[in-house]
Amino acid sequence: MTQPILNVRGLVKRFGGLLATDHVDLTVQPGEIHALIGPNGAGKTTLISQLMGELKPNEGTVELAGQSLDALPTAQRVGLGLARTFQITCLLPDYTVIDNVALAVQVRQGHSFRFWKNVRADHSLRDEASTLLTGTGLEPRANELVANLSHGEQKQLELTIALATQPRLLLLDEPMAGLGHVESQQMIETLRGLKNQVSMLLVEHDMDAVFALADRISVLVYGRVIASGSVDEIRQNPEVRTAYLGEGDELC
Amino acid sequence: MNSETSFKRPALLAAVLIVLIALPTIADATGYSALTSLATRILIYGIAAASLNLVLGYGGLVSFGHAAFFGIGGYVVGILYQHYSLEEPLFGFIPGTNQMLITLPAAILISGLAAAAIGALSLRTGGVQFIMITLAFAQMLFFLFVSLKTYGGDDGLIIRRTNELPGLNMRDKHTVYYVCLVITAAFFALLWRIVNSRFGNVLVGLRQSEKRMAAIGLPAYRYRLMAFIISGMGCGLAGALMANFLRFASPDMMHWTKSGELMVMVILGGVGTLFGPLIGAAVFIVLETTLASWTENWQLALGFILLFVVLYTHGGVQALVLRLAHRPENRNRFSESTMRRFKVLERPLRVRKDARRSNGKR
Repeated sequence: MTQPILNVRGLVKRFGGLLATDHVDLTVQPGEIHALIGPNGAGKTTLISQLMGELKPNEGTVELAGQSLDALPTAQRVGLGLARTFQITCLLPDYTVIDNVALAVQVRQGHSFRFWKNVRADHSLRDEASTLLTGTGLEPRANELVANLSHGEQKQLELTIALATQPRLLLLDEPMAGLGHVESQQMIETLRGLKNQVSMLLVEHDMDAVFALADRISVLVYGRVIASGSVDEIRQNPEVRTAYLGEGDELC
Repeated sequence: MNSETSFKRPALLAAVLIVLIALPTIADATGYSALTSLATRILIYGIAAASLNLVLGYGGLVSFGHAAFFGIGGYVVGILYQHYSLEEPLFGFIPGTNQMLITLPAAILISGLAAAAIGALSLRTGGVQFIMITLAFAQMLFFLFVSLKTYGGDDGLIIRRTNELPGLNMRDKHTVYYVCLVITAAFFALLWRIVNSRFGNVLVGLRQSEKRMAAIGLPAYRYRLMAFIISGMGCGLAGALMANFLRFASPDMMHWTKSGELMVMVILGGVGTLFGPLIGAAVFIVLETTLASWTENWQLALGFILLFVVLYTHGGVQALVLRLAHRPENRNRFSESTMRRFKVLERPLRVRKDARRSNGKR
């Protein structure tokens, strides 16, 4: 068996009396899209924050391609090939679209203790950022301030910035949330196109998107993985149906 | 992005520079020779305020202790001069000096080291805690120098003569003014490069969203610390110039009200702009001088003016002037959300990261 790109073992996170992550085991294989679904408050975002090192788990280990991430701060995890998008978009509002992307390229290129050269005239950054924006729908909006972008465009930019860090594993926190039908379809197509480049852990409420994209699905309820398997297995799992799908099927 | 359009208006800049160069001559010709001294003070405070602005405006870190570095710069000049005039080496082996070419770099170096130490500890906190801890460090230094009887204690240190520069007559007020002008110009040119460099880019990014910068893999602490050090060095330079100009260094230079004054200059002029703090320093000192000649309680009037600037100008005097000049392309270069954060005086408590995450989590 090939080595999983992400291997999570026995992860526990407590907030006082609340068990937000309850002994979670999770693997993502190289080249796979692994969807993580679950009702609101199941602890999906908390799990992603722990994978990125933004939150410290109380117990458990996280490995990226066999390397333990437990002691590493967020910045080093990103350096090793982990990247995330935010459910509630988190961008630099005073910067333009291309500035946001170029900054991610800059940080990836190494340290930023360079005090002299004008960063906006730096072709090694601008050119790569332009290339990343090509064909994303953000291309004509490259010089627009992020504060002026629509929600859908911001979601798209979140993804482009994450890709600018050249990740091996992408943690997507509800990339379709708040998108209209057409935008969702575009996002699904974009993600499908990325499938060969990067493995993904996809947290999503939009079941159409999940069933369209995922190779495997894990279901998280009250911080616990209650089921994990292929799309068909999950669809037929009675426990999942009551816990999640039965609850109103479409939550978005 | 249009982060610093200021230098793209070279005509305006050149005009200002010409006025500044001609200023002593104009002052003498019109009989207002005190103008030169006023302008010297403005330039020096402009350097200090612009230094503070690097962390406050560009980095989003509200330091309330920058007077400490201003004072350290002043004391480096004062202490070196005292040992020079008494002809006894500092600590038994460092000879005193009155050469500006040595005292200024020494002041920059020492204040940079102090900023490294204070910054390394303070930057482990954030938000209101950061404001308080920088204030605390500055007050500690203030009381240290108050109690240092060797160096004048409460009364401060008198520097009998301005430091020497080879080939220049530093007793002449005009010469001192021109020296300050050259240093100010060089300082702002350097600052202009820094805020537009890769370093400036991550610094401004950190101000906008620390979370985003972490997510693209940036270790924030070291960049903030570097900004804090550069900023402290700038304030040290200003303090050293001030000690030379006043021929006096005292603990008052590092009193917390001085930190407040620097902050007021930044806010008056325009937070997060290159020349805003210099304009703010000019406005502050001119106001101080004129208001103080009318009334003893000039701070009250200044308070109202500051209130007006914070509430209505959306970015200080610089922004106001640009708006009055109908230059919409230069209007308010920050988004509303950032402007809200920049109303430093009413800045809300930054909730501790963990608490915020657990609340913000769905």
